[in-house]
Amino acid sequence: MLNYILKRLLATIPVVLVVAVFVFSMLRLSSADPAAIIAGDNANAQQIAEIRGKLGLDQPIVTQFAVWTGRALSGNFGESFFFKKQVSELIVDRLEPTLSLALCTIVISVLIAVPLGVLAAYRSGTWLDRIVMGFSTLGFSVPVFVIGYVLMLVFAIELSWVPVQGYQRLGEGFWGWLQRILLPSAALSVIYCALIARITRSSVQEVLGEDYIRTARAKGLRNRVVLLRHALSNAAVPIVTVIGLGIALLIGGVVVTESVFSIPGLGRLTVDAVLARDYPTVQALVLLFSLVSVLINLLVDLSYTLFDPRIRY
Amino acid sequence: MQPSRSLRVTIAAFGALLCAAPAVYAQTVRAVMQSDLKIVDPIWTTAYITRNHGFMIYDTLFSEDASGNVKPQMVDKYDVSADKLVYTMTLRDGLLWHDGQPVTADDCAMSIKRWAARDPVGQKLLPFVKSIDAVDARTLRITLKEATGMVLPSLARATGPAFIMPRRVAETSPNEQISEFVGSGPFVFKKDEWKPGNKAVYVKFAQYKPRAEPPSGLSGGKVVKIDRVEWLTIADQQTAVSALLAGEVDLIEQPSHDLLPMLKKDANMQFGDWSSLGNQYVFRFNSLTKPFDNVKIRQAMWHALNQEDFLKAVIGDPQYYKVCKSMFLCGTPLSSTKGMSNLLESDFRKARELLKEGGYDGTPVVLLQSTDRIVYANLAPVAKSLLEKAGMKVDMQSMDWQTVVGRRAKKEPAAQGGWNISLTSTNNALNPVESSYLDAACEKTTFGWPCDAEIEKLRSQYFRETDPAKQKALAEAVQLRAVEYPVYIPLGQWYQPMVARKSIGGLLTAPAPAFWNMTKTGR
Repeated sequence: MLNYILKRLLATIPVVLVVAVFVFSMLRLSSADPAAIIAGDNANAQQIAEIRGKLGLDQPIVTQFAVWTGRALSGNFGESFFFKKQVSELIVDRLEPTLSLALCTIVISVLIAVPLGVLAAYRSGTWLDRIVMGFSTLGFSVPVFVIGYVLMLVFAIELSWVPVQGYQRLGEGFWGWLQRILLPSAALSVIYCALIARITRSSVQEVLGEDYIRTARAKGLRNRVVLLRHALSNAAVPIVTVIGLGIALLIGGVVVTESVFSIPGLGRLTVDAVLARDYPTVQALVLLFSLVSVLINLLVDLSYTLFDPRIRY
Repeated sequence: MQPSRSLRVTIAAFGALLCAAPAVYAQTVRAVMQSDLKIVDPIWTTAYITRNHGFMIYDTLFSEDASGNVKPQMVDKYDVSADKLVYTMTLRDGLLWHDGQPVTADDCAMSIKRWAARDPVGQKLLPFVKSIDAVDARTLRITLKEATGMVLPSLARATGPAFIMPRRVAETSPNEQISEFVGSGPFVFKKDEWKPGNKAVYVKFAQYKPRAEPPSGLSGGKVVKIDRVEWLTIADQQTAVSALLAGEVDLIEQPSHDLLPMLKKDANMQFGDWSSLGNQYVFRFNSLTKPFDNVKIRQAMWHALNQEDFLKAVIGDPQYYKVCKSMFLCGTPLSSTKGMSNLLESDFRKARELLKEGGYDGTPVVLLQSTDRIVYANLAPVAKSLLEKAGMKVDMQSMDWQTVVGRRAKKEPAAQGGWNISLTSTNNALNPVESSYLDAACEKTTFGWPCDAEIEKLRSQYFRETDPAKQKALAEAVQLRAVEYPVYIPLGQWYQPMVARKSIGGLLTAPAPAFWNMTKTGR
C-alpha cells in the first residue's frame, strides 16, 4: 500500500510539470499585457515599458520560465503583479470560503442524492423513480448561475431569509457563516445531486438483482437492512468514484458560484487573476487545482479498499 | 402595595421611550465601486479606482469645483508673482497626517516632485520648473524657468491630481509602489481590513480640518458625516443590483445602463452624478500602420461615422448621452464646434471619395471589440456597419477588455497580431494638454501613436499660455488641426449615473466619488 501511494505521489510530478509548462505558455502567448493593465488607461508608452521591465516581462520567455520554476521549486510562487502580496498569502487568505463552499456542497449533495438514488432504485419504474430522474435531468441541464439567480431572487430578495451575497468567516460567528454559505452551496449542489443520484440509482439497481440480495431477503432481513447494509455498501465503489470526480469538477462550479454570490474565494481569485493577467497568481492557482485533482483521485482509489475487501494495492 | 395607575403609565411610557430611542452605532456606508481596488498608489497608476482611493485618504493643494474651476484646498492663500514665475502657497493651519504629525511644506514639495516624475501632465510641467522649495513649515514656493498657465490646473486635475503624502512616503521612487498609506485626507485607510478582491475599508479621520466653504465638486469643506465606508467588490452587476435592492449595500458607483430601468422602478432608489463632466467615446486608429498611416483614410472616418448611432446602441437612454461635435467635453470651458460642421454625419459618398484618394486597397481593417465591458461592447458592431457602408472591409475581432488593452499596445501591422481600430472612452478630454488622445508625440504617446509636429507645437503653446482667452483660441487651433490631421474621432458624450438608496443623503455632484458630506439614516 505504502509503495502504491509513493508511486502515485511520484506520478504527480510529471502531471504538475506538464500543467506548469502549458499554463505558462498559454499565458505568455496571449495578447494581453499585464503592464498595460496595471498602468491604466491614460498611461503613455514609456510608463507601460517601465512597468514591463519592472515585472521582468521584457525578458525572453525561457528566462521567465526558468526564474519562475526555480522559485516555485523552493515554494516561492512570487508576488502578485497587482496585489503587492505573496501569491501564497493570497491563496491562504481565500482558502476558507472555497473550502466552506465545497464541503457544504458535497455534504448537501451526498445527504440528498444518495438516499434519493437508493429510493429511486428500490422503487424503480414508479412515479418516485420518474420524479427523481426528472429532477436529475433538470439539474444537469440548468447552468449553475441560473440556479443561483433564481435562488437569490426567491430566498434573498422576496423572502429575505438569507443575504444576497458575501461571505462571513466561520470565526466571526457560525450563524452568519451558515446564512451566507447556504444559498451558494444549494445552487452548486443541484448539479452534483443530479450526478450522484443517477449513479446511485443505477449502481444500487444493478446490485439489487444480485444473488446475495435475494439470499438476504430470503433470510427475512428487513428491506432497510437489505438496502443499506447489503445493496448500498456493495454499490459504493462507483458512487464514491463519482463523488471524487465531482469534487474535481467542483472547482469549475466554484468559480461561477463565487462570482455570482460575490464570495472572496479561490474561484473569484482565479477569475480576477485571469482577467488581469496576473501571471504568478494564475500559475500558482492552476498548479494548486491540478494537485488537488490528483490527490482526490488518489484518495478515491484508496477508499475502494474500504468498500471492497477484494481490492488490494 | 400596588403602584398607582399614573406611576405604572409613567414607567411603561419610559420603557417604551427607551425601546424607541435610536441606538448609537457606527454609520457605515457600503458602496459597490467600479472595480476592485488592487493598487493603492495613485501616483503609480492612472487607474481610476486608485485615483478614487486617493481622494479618500489624501488631500490636494488645489481642487476642481463643480464647474471645473481651480480652488485652493490644502492651501490657505497663494500668490503668483507679476512675471508669473513664482508661486507662493501657504498651507492651512492645523493640517495633520493620519498619524497625528503636522503636514509641512516640505512634504508637499516632495509629493509634487514624485507626482511630476510619473504623471503625464506632471511630466510636461516639470521642464518648466526651476525649483520646488519649502520656505518654512507652512510655505511652499514653486519657481518656474518659463511662465505657464498650467501650474495650478495640473496640481488640481480631477483625473490625476498631485496627492500630497508625507515626505518619507513621497521619497519612494516613482517607479516603485508606496507601502505606507498615511494621508491627510478626510478618511483613513484601514490596511488591516483591506482584502483585495473583496473590500477596502475607510474610517473617518476625526482630526481632519475641513475648509469653511460649502463643498463643491472636489473642493470646499470635506465634512465627513459617516463613520466608516466599505468599498465592496461585487463583480456581477446583477448581484450588485440585487444587493442594493435588498438593502445590503447603499450605493453602486457605476450601475450598467441596461439595469437602470429596473432601479428606477424602485421607490427607495435615487440617482447621483460622480462623473459630472461626462465621458467621451473614442474611435482610435493605429496611425503607424496601413491603412490609417494615410491621412486621407483617417479623414474619411470623420465622414463615415456619426455619433447618434453609437450612443443609441450603447447607452440607449438620451438622458445619459449627448451628441457633442467637439474634441473637448461639451459643457467644459474649451468645448467648441469649430471646424466640425460637416463632419460626423455619415456622408458615405464623401467617405468613399476620401478612401479612394487615400488609395485604400480593400484590405480588411482589424477592429478590436471588447465584449465584457457593457459600455464598450456595442461600439464595435456599429463602427463595423458604418465603415462597411463607406466601402471598407472590416475584420471585427471580439475579446475581453484586458486582451484589448494588451493587443492595442502592439505596434505591429494587423496581419502580424497588431490592430487598426480600437474603441474606448475618456474623461480627460478637457484641454489639449490633458487629453491623452490629442497627444501626437509619435511613439512616446499612448496607443495609436499619431505623429504631428503641428499639434505638438500648439499643445506646447497652450501649456505656455497664461491668458485663458488665448488658451481657448489655441484649443480651437488644436481642434482644427485634429480635423485636418485626425488623431482620433470623438463618438459622442455619455454620462454614468450612480445609484444610491434614499437612506443616503448629502450626495455631491463631482467628477469623482465623494464620500464626504454624505449622511445615512438607519444602519
